[in-house]
Amino acid sequence: MSMDRREFLRIAGLAGLGAGLTGAGLTLKGIVNAAEYGPTPNNLTAKRWAMVVDVRKIEAPEDYKRIMNACHRIHNIPDKLLGDRREVKWIWTDNYEHTFPGQHNEYMPEEIREETFFLFCNHCTNPPCVRVCPTKATFKRPDGIVAQDYHRCIGCRFCMAACPYGSRSFNWLDPRPYITEVNPGFPTRTIGVVEKCNFCVERLSRGLKPACVEASNGAMVFGDLNDPESDVRKVLSTHITIQRKPELGTHPNVFYVIGGGEHVG
Amino acid sequence: MYDIGKIGVGIIIFLAIALFPIYSNFGKEIKKPDPKLDTPVIQQLAEKKCVESKEFMRAEHMQLLNHWRDSALRDGNRLYVGAEGRKYEISLQRSCMKCHSNKKKFCDECHSYAAVKPYCWDCHFVKEEGQR
Repeated sequence: MSMDRREFLRIAGLAGLGAGLTGAGLTLKGIVNAAEYGPTPNNLTAKRWAMVVDVRKIEAPEDYKRIMNACHRIHNIPDKLLGDRREVKWIWTDNYEHTFPGQHNEYMPEEIREETFFLFCNHCTNPPCVRVCPTKATFKRPDGIVAQDYHRCIGCRFCMAACPYGSRSFNWLDPRPYITEVNPGFPTRTIGVVEKCNFCVERLSRGLKPACVEASNGAMVFGDLNDPESDVRKVLSTHITIQRKPELGTHPNVFYVIGGGEHVG
Repeated sequence: MYDIGKIGVGIIIFLAIALFPIYSNFGKEIKKPDPKLDTPVIQQLAEKKCVESKEFMRAEHMQLLNHWRDSALRDGNRLYVGAEGRKYEISLQRSCMKCHSNKKKFCDECHSYAAVKPYCWDCHFVKEEGQR
Protein backbone atom coordinates (compact mmCIF):
# COMPACT_ATOMS: atom_id res chain seq x y z
CA MET A 1 0.00 0.00 0.00
CA SER A 2 1.38 3.36 -0.94
CA MET A 3 0.40 6.63 0.57
CA ASP A 4 1.31 10.10 -0.51
CA ARG A 5 2.15 12.87 1.88
CA ARG A 6 -1.22 14.56 1.57
CA GLU A 7 -3.15 11.40 2.40
CA PHE A 8 -0.89 10.62 5.37
CA LEU A 9 -1.51 14.07 6.82
CA ARG A 10 -5.26 13.73 6.37
CA ILE A 11 -5.39 10.40 8.19
CA ALA A 12 -3.08 11.65 10.95
CA GLY A 13 -5.29 14.72 11.43
CA LEU A 14 -8.47 12.67 11.69
CA ALA A 15 -6.84 10.26 14.12
CA GLY A 16 -5.67 13.16 16.27
CA LEU A 17 -9.14 14.69 16.29
CA GLY A 18 -10.66 11.35 17.30
CA ALA A 19 -8.19 10.92 20.15
CA GLY A 20 -8.88 14.47 21.34
CA LEU A 21 -12.65 13.95 21.39
CA THR A 22 -12.32 10.66 23.28
CA GLY A 23 -10.10 12.41 25.81
CA ALA A 24 -12.59 15.25 26.25
CA GLY A 25 -15.41 12.74 26.72
CA LEU A 26 -13.49 10.91 29.43
CA THR A 27 -12.73 14.15 31.28
CA LEU A 28 -16.33 15.31 31.22
CA LYS A 29 -17.50 12.01 32.63
CA GLY A 30 -15.44 12.67 35.74
CA ILE A 31 -17.36 15.78 36.74
CA VAL A 32 -20.37 15.33 39.00
CA ASN A 33 -23.27 17.49 37.96
CA ALA A 34 -24.67 18.06 41.42
CA ALA A 35 -21.33 18.78 43.08
CA GLU A 36 -20.61 22.18 44.50
CA TYR A 37 -17.48 23.46 46.13
CA GLY A 38 -17.40 26.33 48.57
CA PRO A 39 -15.69 27.74 51.62
CA THR A 40 -16.32 26.11 54.99
CA PRO A 41 -18.85 27.96 57.18
CA ASN A 42 -16.38 29.43 59.68
CA ASN A 43 -13.59 30.05 57.17
CA LEU A 44 -11.49 33.11 58.13
CA THR A 45 -10.84 35.40 55.18
CA ALA A 46 -8.60 38.37 54.51
CA LYS A 47 -7.06 40.31 51.67
CA ARG A 48 -3.55 39.96 53.04
CA TRP A 49 -2.78 37.89 56.11
CA ALA A 50 0.04 39.26 58.25
CA MET A 51 1.64 38.66 61.63
CA VAL A 52 3.30 40.84 64.25
CA VAL A 53 5.66 39.23 66.75
CA ASP A 54 6.19 41.18 69.95
CA VAL A 55 9.54 39.73 70.97
CA ARG A 56 9.50 41.54 74.32
CA LYS A 57 6.61 39.37 75.44
CA ILE A 58 8.31 36.05 74.77
CA GLU A 59 10.96 35.62 77.44
CA ALA A 60 11.31 32.25 79.14
CA PRO A 61 12.84 29.34 77.21
CA GLU A 62 9.64 27.41 78.04
CA ASP A 63 7.63 29.98 76.09
CA TYR A 64 9.79 29.48 73.01
CA LYS A 65 9.47 25.73 73.40
CA ARG A 66 5.70 25.84 73.89
CA ILE A 67 5.11 27.96 70.80
CA MET A 68 7.40 25.88 68.58
CA ASN A 69 6.01 22.59 69.85
CA ALA A 70 2.46 23.73 69.06
CA CYS A 71 3.44 24.09 65.40
CA HIS A 72 5.63 20.98 65.26
CA ARG A 73 3.01 18.72 66.77
CA ILE A 74 0.14 19.91 64.59
CA HIS A 75 2.05 19.87 61.32
CA ASN A 76 3.92 16.60 61.78
CA ILE A 77 7.36 18.18 61.68
CA PRO A 78 10.08 15.51 62.01
CA ASP A 79 11.13 16.78 65.43
CA LYS A 80 13.80 14.15 65.95
CA LEU A 81 15.72 15.72 63.07
CA LEU A 82 15.75 19.24 64.56
CA GLY A 83 19.34 20.46 64.86
CA ASP A 84 20.50 17.97 62.22
CA ARG A 85 21.76 19.32 58.90
CA ARG A 86 18.74 17.64 57.28
CA GLU A 87 16.26 19.31 59.64
CA VAL A 88 12.88 20.60 58.49
CA LYS A 89 12.07 24.10 59.73
CA TRP A 90 8.64 25.69 59.88
CA ILE A 91 9.31 27.85 62.93
CA TRP A 92 12.76 28.36 64.42
CA THR A 93 14.82 30.96 66.29
CA ASP A 94 17.94 33.03 65.76
CA ASN A 95 19.72 36.10 67.17
CA TYR A 96 19.32 39.72 66.11
CA GLU A 97 22.28 39.93 63.76
CA HIS A 98 21.25 36.87 61.79
CA THR A 99 17.59 37.82 61.75
CA PHE A 100 18.05 41.43 60.67
CA PRO A 101 21.40 41.60 58.84
CA GLY A 102 22.25 45.17 57.86
CA GLN A 103 20.07 46.58 60.61
CA HIS A 104 22.66 45.79 63.24
CA ASN A 105 25.28 47.89 65.01
CA GLU A 106 27.59 47.06 67.85
CA TYR A 107 26.31 49.80 70.19
CA MET A 108 22.68 48.79 70.25
CA PRO A 109 21.03 47.77 73.54
CA GLU A 110 22.27 44.46 74.77
CA GLU A 111 18.79 43.09 75.41
CA ILE A 112 17.99 43.50 71.73
CA ARG A 113 21.35 42.24 70.52
CA GLU A 114 21.03 39.13 72.69
CA GLU A 115 17.31 38.66 72.07
CA THR A 116 16.03 35.45 70.45
CA PHE A 117 13.70 35.97 67.50
CA PHE A 118 11.10 33.66 66.05
CA LEU A 119 11.53 33.03 62.36
CA PHE A 120 9.14 31.51 59.85
CA CYS A 121 7.96 32.04 56.27
CA ASN A 122 7.29 35.74 55.69
CA HIS A 123 4.49 35.07 53.18
CA CYS A 124 5.96 37.85 51.05
CA THR A 125 3.74 40.06 48.96
CA ASN A 126 6.32 39.63 46.19
CA PRO A 127 7.52 36.07 46.82
CA PRO A 128 10.67 35.04 44.92
CA CYS A 129 9.99 31.35 45.61
CA VAL A 130 6.74 31.52 43.64
CA ARG A 131 8.44 33.21 40.71
CA VAL A 132 11.07 30.51 40.32
CA CYS A 133 8.92 27.41 40.87
CA PRO A 134 8.91 25.55 37.53
CA THR A 135 5.77 23.52 38.28
CA LYS A 136 3.68 26.14 40.10
CA ALA A 137 3.73 23.85 43.10
CA THR A 138 4.18 26.93 45.24
CA PHE A 139 1.77 29.76 44.62
CA LYS A 140 0.28 32.88 46.17
CA ARG A 141 -3.29 32.59 47.38
CA PRO A 142 -5.65 35.55 47.01
CA ASP A 143 -5.48 36.06 50.78
CA GLY A 144 -1.71 36.55 50.63
CA ILE A 145 -0.61 33.17 51.92
CA VAL A 146 2.25 31.59 50.02
CA ALA A 147 1.04 28.01 49.81
CA GLN A 148 2.68 24.87 48.57
CA ASP A 149 1.13 21.90 46.81
CA TYR A 150 3.26 18.90 47.71
CA HIS A 151 1.50 16.83 45.06
CA ARG A 152 3.20 18.93 42.43
CA CYS A 153 6.56 19.58 44.03
CA ILE A 154 9.35 17.88 42.08
CA GLY A 155 12.01 18.72 44.65
CA CYS A 156 14.14 20.89 42.36
CA ARG A 157 14.87 23.26 45.29
CA PHE A 158 14.85 26.41 43.15
CA CYS A 159 12.57 27.95 45.78
CA MET A 160 15.13 27.23 48.49
CA ALA A 161 17.75 29.08 46.49
CA ALA A 162 15.35 31.96 45.84
CA CYS A 163 14.07 32.45 49.39
CA PRO A 164 16.24 35.04 51.13
CA TYR A 165 14.97 33.99 54.56
CA GLY A 166 15.88 30.30 54.63
CA SER A 167 12.23 29.50 55.21
CA ARG A 168 12.20 26.38 53.08
CA SER A 169 13.44 22.91 53.91
CA PHE A 170 14.02 19.88 51.74
CA ASN A 171 13.07 16.39 52.82
CA TRP A 172 16.31 14.48 52.43
CA LEU A 173 14.74 11.48 54.18
CA ASP A 174 11.35 9.94 54.65
CA PRO A 175 10.20 12.13 57.57
CA ARG A 176 7.84 9.59 59.15
CA PRO A 177 10.31 7.72 61.38
CA TYR A 178 11.48 11.07 62.79
CA ILE A 179 8.08 12.27 63.99
CA THR A 180 7.52 11.56 67.68
CA GLU A 181 3.75 11.42 67.42
CA VAL A 182 1.91 11.80 64.13
CA ASN A 183 -1.16 14.02 64.17
CA PRO A 184 -3.72 11.96 62.22
CA GLY A 185 -5.55 15.13 61.12
CA PHE A 186 -2.69 16.45 58.97
CA PRO A 187 -0.53 14.83 56.30
CA THR A 188 3.15 14.23 56.74
CA ARG A 189 5.43 15.00 53.84
CA THR A 190 7.46 12.58 51.80
CA ILE A 191 11.07 12.26 50.74
CA GLY A 192 12.06 14.65 47.95
CA VAL A 193 9.68 17.57 48.48
CA VAL A 194 10.31 21.05 49.83
CA GLU A 195 8.13 22.35 52.65
CA LYS A 196 7.60 25.41 54.79
CA CYS A 197 5.23 27.24 57.13
CA ASN A 198 1.73 27.48 55.63
CA PHE A 199 0.32 30.18 57.98
CA CYS A 200 -2.00 27.40 59.15
CA VAL A 201 -4.34 27.54 56.13
CA GLU A 202 -5.99 24.33 57.32
CA ARG A 203 -6.80 25.96 60.68
CA LEU A 204 -8.03 29.23 59.14
CA SER A 205 -10.59 27.24 57.17
CA ARG A 206 -11.96 25.94 60.47
CA GLY A 207 -12.07 29.39 62.05
CA LEU A 208 -8.90 28.96 64.11
CA LYS A 209 -5.89 31.28 64.36
CA PRO A 210 -2.44 29.84 63.55
CA ALA A 211 -1.08 27.41 66.12
CA CYS A 212 1.88 29.59 67.15
CA VAL A 213 -0.37 32.64 67.61
CA GLU A 214 -2.74 30.63 69.75
CA ALA A 215 0.12 29.29 71.91
CA SER A 216 1.83 32.69 72.27
CA ASN A 217 -0.68 34.15 74.79
CA GLY A 218 -0.90 37.44 72.89
CA ALA A 219 2.77 37.87 72.01
CA MET A 220 1.98 37.17 68.38
CA VAL A 221 -0.83 38.97 66.59
CA PHE A 222 -2.42 37.74 63.38
CA GLY A 223 -4.80 39.61 61.11
CA ASP A 224 -5.63 41.29 57.82
CA LEU A 225 -3.12 43.94 56.76
CA ASN A 226 -5.70 45.44 54.40
CA ASP A 227 -8.19 46.11 57.16
CA PRO A 228 -7.37 49.31 59.12
CA GLU A 229 -9.38 47.98 62.09
CA SER A 230 -7.54 44.66 62.34
CA ASP A 231 -5.36 43.68 65.29
CA VAL A 232 -2.17 43.74 63.26
CA ARG A 233 -2.86 47.24 61.92
CA LYS A 234 -3.56 48.47 65.44
CA VAL A 235 -0.17 47.22 66.63
CA LEU A 236 1.60 48.48 63.52
CA SER A 237 0.13 51.99 63.89
CA THR A 238 1.19 52.33 67.54
CA HIS A 239 4.63 50.68 67.56
CA ILE A 240 7.86 50.85 65.64
CA THR A 241 8.16 47.55 63.85
CA ILE A 242 10.85 46.09 61.62
CA GLN A 243 10.80 43.49 58.87
CA ARG A 244 13.46 41.07 57.69
CA LYS A 245 15.58 42.27 54.75
CA PRO A 246 13.11 44.91 53.52
CA GLU A 247 15.73 46.17 51.04
CA LEU A 248 15.14 43.10 48.84
CA GLY A 249 11.66 44.26 47.85
CA THR A 250 9.92 41.03 48.80
CA HIS A 251 7.54 42.93 51.13
CA PRO A 252 7.45 40.46 54.00
CA ASN A 253 4.18 40.15 55.90
CA VAL A 254 5.78 39.30 59.23
CA PHE A 255 6.66 42.26 61.44
CA TYR A 256 8.63 42.44 64.68
CA VAL A 257 8.17 44.76 67.67
CA ILE A 258 11.64 44.78 69.19
CA GLY A 259 11.53 47.42 71.93
CA GLY A 260 10.37 50.89 72.99
CA GLY A 261 6.79 52.07 73.36
CA GLU A 262 4.17 50.40 75.52
CA HIS A 263 3.28 46.75 75.25
CA VAL A 264 0.81 45.55 72.67
CA GLY A 265 -2.65 45.79 74.15
CA MET B 1 20.90 -21.99 8.52
CA TYR B 2 23.85 -21.03 10.63
CA ASP B 3 24.01 -21.82 14.34
CA ILE B 4 20.44 -23.11 14.52
CA GLY B 5 21.29 -25.04 17.67
CA LYS B 6 22.49 -22.03 19.63
CA ILE B 7 19.72 -19.78 18.33
CA GLY B 8 17.06 -22.43 19.02
CA VAL B 9 18.19 -22.83 22.62
CA GLY B 10 18.23 -19.04 22.97
CA ILE B 11 14.70 -18.74 21.64
CA ILE B 12 13.44 -21.47 23.97
CA ILE B 13 15.05 -19.79 27.01
CA PHE B 14 13.64 -16.44 25.95
CA LEU B 15 10.12 -17.82 25.55
CA ALA B 16 10.35 -19.63 28.89
CA ILE B 17 11.15 -16.35 30.65
CA ALA B 18 8.83 -14.11 28.63
CA LEU B 19 5.81 -16.43 28.98
CA PHE B 20 6.43 -17.24 32.64
CA PRO B 21 3.55 -15.04 33.93
CA ILE B 22 1.14 -16.74 31.54
CA TYR B 23 1.91 -20.41 32.18
CA SER B 24 2.55 -20.00 35.91
CA ASN B 25 -0.93 -18.53 36.41
CA PHE B 26 -2.73 -20.67 33.84
CA GLY B 27 -5.87 -22.29 35.16
CA LYS B 28 -5.50 -20.77 38.62
CA GLU B 29 -8.35 -18.82 40.03
CA ILE B 30 -7.41 -15.32 41.22
CA LYS B 31 -9.51 -14.16 44.14
CA LYS B 32 -11.73 -11.21 43.28
CA PRO B 33 -11.16 -8.10 45.36
CA ASP B 34 -13.65 -7.73 48.16
CA PRO B 35 -13.36 -4.30 49.80
CA LYS B 36 -14.79 -4.16 53.33
CA LEU B 37 -17.00 -1.41 54.68
CA ASP B 38 -17.32 -2.71 58.24
CA THR B 39 -15.43 -0.01 60.17
CA PRO B 40 -16.86 1.13 63.54
CA VAL B 41 -17.63 4.62 62.18
CA ILE B 42 -19.57 3.27 59.20
CA GLN B 43 -21.47 0.81 61.44
CA GLN B 44 -22.73 3.70 63.51
CA LEU B 45 -23.91 5.79 60.57
CA ALA B 46 -27.68 6.13 60.43
CA GLU B 47 -27.58 6.48 56.66
CA LYS B 48 -24.79 4.42 55.16
CA LYS B 49 -23.95 6.66 52.21
CA CYS B 50 -20.71 7.98 50.80
CA VAL B 51 -20.31 11.51 49.38
CA GLU B 52 -21.63 10.26 46.04
CA SER B 53 -23.31 7.07 44.84
CA LYS B 54 -21.51 3.76 45.17
CA GLU B 55 -21.28 3.33 41.39
CA PHE B 56 -19.82 6.79 40.93
CA MET B 57 -17.30 6.37 43.71
CA ARG B 58 -16.23 3.00 42.42
CA ALA B 59 -15.51 4.32 38.95
CA GLU B 60 -14.52 7.92 39.53
CA HIS B 61 -13.10 8.28 43.04
CA MET B 62 -9.68 9.14 41.68
CA GLN B 63 -11.03 12.04 39.65
CA LEU B 64 -13.11 13.18 42.61
CA LEU B 65 -10.04 13.09 44.85
CA ASN B 66 -8.12 15.19 42.33
CA HIS B 67 -10.97 17.72 42.24
CA TRP B 68 -11.03 17.76 46.03
CA ARG B 69 -7.29 18.31 46.17
CA ASP B 70 -7.40 21.22 43.73
CA SER B 71 -10.42 22.78 45.36
CA ALA B 72 -8.98 22.65 48.88
CA LEU B 73 -5.41 23.57 48.05
CA ARG B 74 -5.71 25.91 45.09
CA ASP B 75 -9.08 27.59 45.62
CA GLY B 76 -9.28 27.30 49.41
CA ASN B 77 -12.77 25.80 49.09
CA ARG B 78 -12.88 23.02 51.65
CA LEU B 79 -16.61 22.34 51.65
CA TYR B 80 -18.15 19.78 49.30
CA VAL B 81 -21.86 19.58 48.68
CA GLY B 82 -22.47 16.10 47.30
CA ALA B 83 -25.47 14.04 46.32
CA GLU B 84 -28.76 15.11 48.00
CA GLY B 85 -27.11 18.25 49.39
CA ARG B 86 -25.07 16.48 52.03
CA LYS B 87 -22.07 18.55 53.12
CA TYR B 88 -18.54 17.32 53.75
CA GLU B 89 -15.24 18.84 54.75
CA ILE B 90 -12.79 18.27 51.93
CA SER B 91 -10.03 16.30 53.58
CA LEU B 92 -8.68 12.85 52.85
CA GLN B 93 -7.61 12.21 56.43
CA ARG B 94 -10.38 14.03 58.26
CA SER B 95 -13.28 12.95 56.04
CA CYS B 96 -12.53 9.94 53.81
CA MET B 97 -10.36 8.06 56.28
CA LYS B 98 -12.62 8.85 59.21
CA CYS B 99 -15.12 6.35 57.80
CA HIS B 100 -12.78 4.22 55.72
CA SER B 101 -10.22 3.69 58.44
CA ASN B 102 -9.48 0.19 57.13
CA LYS B 103 -7.01 1.08 54.39
CA LYS B 104 -5.76 -2.49 53.95
CA LYS B 105 -9.23 -3.95 53.53
CA PHE B 106 -10.72 -1.01 51.65
CA CYS B 107 -8.13 0.77 49.51
CA ASP B 108 -5.42 -1.84 49.08
CA GLU B 109 -7.86 -4.64 48.30
CA CYS B 110 -8.62 -3.35 44.79
CA HIS B 111 -5.42 -1.40 44.27
CA SER B 112 -3.34 -4.53 44.74
CA TYR B 113 -5.65 -6.52 42.47
CA ALA B 114 -5.40 -3.90 39.73
CA ALA B 115 -1.66 -3.42 40.39
CA VAL B 116 -2.00 0.34 40.83
CA LYS B 117 0.17 2.11 43.35
CA PRO B 118 -1.33 5.51 44.16
CA TYR B 119 1.12 7.69 46.08
CA CYS B 120 -1.57 9.08 48.46
CA TRP B 121 -0.09 7.27 51.44
CA ASP B 122 3.42 8.61 51.00
CA CYS B 123 2.16 11.72 52.79
CA HIS B 124 -1.40 11.09 53.94
CA PHE B 125 -1.33 9.19 57.17
CA VAL B 126 -3.39 6.20 58.25
CA LYS B 127 -3.25 5.19 61.85
CA GLU B 128 -3.98 1.52 61.16
CA GLU B 129 -0.54 0.76 59.77
CA GLY B 130 1.31 3.03 62.15
CA GLN B 131 4.20 3.53 59.79
CA ARG B 132 4.32 3.10 56.07
